[in-house]
Amino acid sequence: MNATVPHAPQNLSRLQIEADQRRRARMLETQRQSKLVRELVTPEGAVIHLKLSTATERAGAFLIDVAIQWAIVIATSIGLSYAMRAMGSGSANVAFAVWLVFFFFVRNFYYIFFELGPKSATPGKRALGIRVAARNGGRLTANSVLARNFIREIEVGLPFQFLMMGGTGVSGWIALLGLVWSGIFLFFPVFNKDKMRVGDLIAGTWVIHAPKAKLMGDIASSAASQALPGRFAFTPAQADAYGIHELHVLEDVLRNSTEEVKSQVALRIRTKIGWQPQPGETDIAFLEAYYAALRRRLEQRMLLGDRKADKYDTR
Amino acid sequence: MSDLLKSYRFREERETDWRKLDLILTRAENNGVKALSDEDMMALPRLYRQAVSSLSVARSISLDQNVIAYLESLCTRAYFYVYGTRASIGERIMDFLRRDWPACVSAAIGPTLLATLFLFGGGALAFFLCMQDMDWFWTFHGNSFWEGRNPDATVDYLRSTIYHDPTTTGDGQLSSFASFLFNNNAQIALFAFALGFAFGIPTAWLLIYNGVHLGSMYAVFWSKGLGYEFTGWLMIHGTTELFAIILAGAAGFVIGGAVAFPGRMTRLASARQAGQKAATIAMGCVIMLIVAAILEGFGRQMINSDVIRYAIAIWMLLMWLSYFYLPRRDETKI
Repeated sequence: MNATVPHAPQNLSRLQIEADQRRRARMLETQRQSKLVRELVTPEGAVIHLKLSTATERAGAFLIDVAIQWAIVIATSIGLSYAMRAMGSGSANVAFAVWLVFFFFVRNFYYIFFELGPKSATPGKRALGIRVAARNGGRLTANSVLARNFIREIEVGLPFQFLMMGGTGVSGWIALLGLVWSGIFLFFPVFNKDKMRVGDLIAGTWVIHAPKAKLMGDIASSAASQALPGRFAFTPAQADAYGIHELHVLEDVLRNSTEEVKSQVALRIRTKIGWQPQPGETDIAFLEAYYAALRRRLEQRMLLGDRKADKYDTR
Repeated sequence: MSDLLKSYRFREERETDWRKLDLILTRAENNGVKALSDEDMMALPRLYRQAVSSLSVARSISLDQNVIAYLESLCTRAYFYVYGTRASIGERIMDFLRRDWPACVSAAIGPTLLATLFLFGGGALAFFLCMQDMDWFWTFHGNSFWEGRNPDATVDYLRSTIYHDPTTTGDGQLSSFASFLFNNNAQIALFAFALGFAFGIPTAWLLIYNGVHLGSMYAVFWSKGLGYEFTGWLMIHGTTELFAIILAGAAGFVIGGAVAFPGRMTRLASARQAGQKAATIAMGCVIMLIVAAILEGFGRQMINSDVIRYAIAIWMLLMWLSYFYLPRRDETKI
């Protein structure tokens, strides 16, 4: 953000002060978001922006994975108990033996199995669009995957054990101390800027966003193909009314919003730029045409090194 | 049409290639490398480079959020695919067994000796304390432990725990016992590794604790004149199992040492480097413990001859030692 927040003079109306507050909040939010972005320079010299996954998303993915693990274990238990009933009483021990080994492997190798796969993510991570990557941008080696998942034992297992210990008197105090100590590991990802858990630290990995974005149609092109030339002729002043932020908001509105929202937005833009609706002009056509005009204007300015961040950015 | 935006024309010219790359990547991610044709493999690097350069251009000329987000995600996926590992899981396992595991173990010989010292030091301490005064046993174990294998037991009872009457125990019991022990030990081994992070202190404690248990049990049997028999009973799987526990401890010390004494590297880089080696060792421990559990659950309960027990124990130990420490031909494979 290269624009500075303007100081509000005394006699501004309440509306404008509120608008300023909103803008300041928005800028802070952008700044906060940008703290999660890491730059990866590929060997070709190009920069890719990697967005780190937040602790909340990690926790969510973990919960999904735990639920899946439990589902697997419970399903196997039920299956084994049926098999046991069919084979007679002597097989109980064998079934228990199989179950125990299976339990160990589900507990420890579920994550490893999926993270070694081509998607480098467990089903829970995949559901939230995140994946594991090596911190230095190199290959995610099998060793790293093993390391980050074996460490999970102290991050999750240890606090859980101290919690189960409970007890009264001295042993209660010990359990509490242990819980606090092991809690440091559990909440480690919240307190470092790269959102790594201890396992990530040891393994040299981090967890990043890997959403699968879809390429949608270009709004500006549909505006150009539909509108008759000269029908929407915006003056340069009208095209300068908004900045990049508003352009992006308009893009979101056009792609995702309901008709109602679109007509409200159209009304506000018409009022702001002083546009007289022509006979037979639809809101959508107007919005698309204005989007195209605004983008053209802003892109032209950007090519000359002049990014108009938002509508307050007047230079 | 001259009316079109520059950024739209830019997109129009390249869109087909982006979509082609997207398709190849989706196929590769879902079905593996084998799903790609030779043609796709040839096209991939070119399409990837093009997408990356499209991204840098798009950032400076286009204000279409969707295009930039799409390219960003496409390039990230392509980058990780092009520069990622493409070895199959089978190849990775073979690499692990043939090279990585023994190399990591033999490189960590110092921590291994340290872990041995802690385990057997704890064992020796407990042994001599118990030999002087058997009350120590109760201090170490508390009550009701080890199915009555305690100082109050008779020689005959202790002897009966060492040898098994094949007619009384069913196969089922053996296998469940083995898998229970495996589960328990493997979890402890992973714990010993993971706790190494705290400068290796909890790892050392865990090793001594296990050693003390071992030593005090030994003292019970020794004092009843069953030392030779007990050694056979313990060592048939013990050479494998104790070796695995020592290596798990060594893995913990590798990390602990790297965190405590990073040398010229930053603490983080040092922990990272050591962590990967240590994880390999810990993974190996799980495999060793599977072997140990099989020996313990089946071999020990079904073989009642001391001589065969000793032979298996020594043979296993020699096998592990030569697997880990014998120098092997340097494969200059990349």
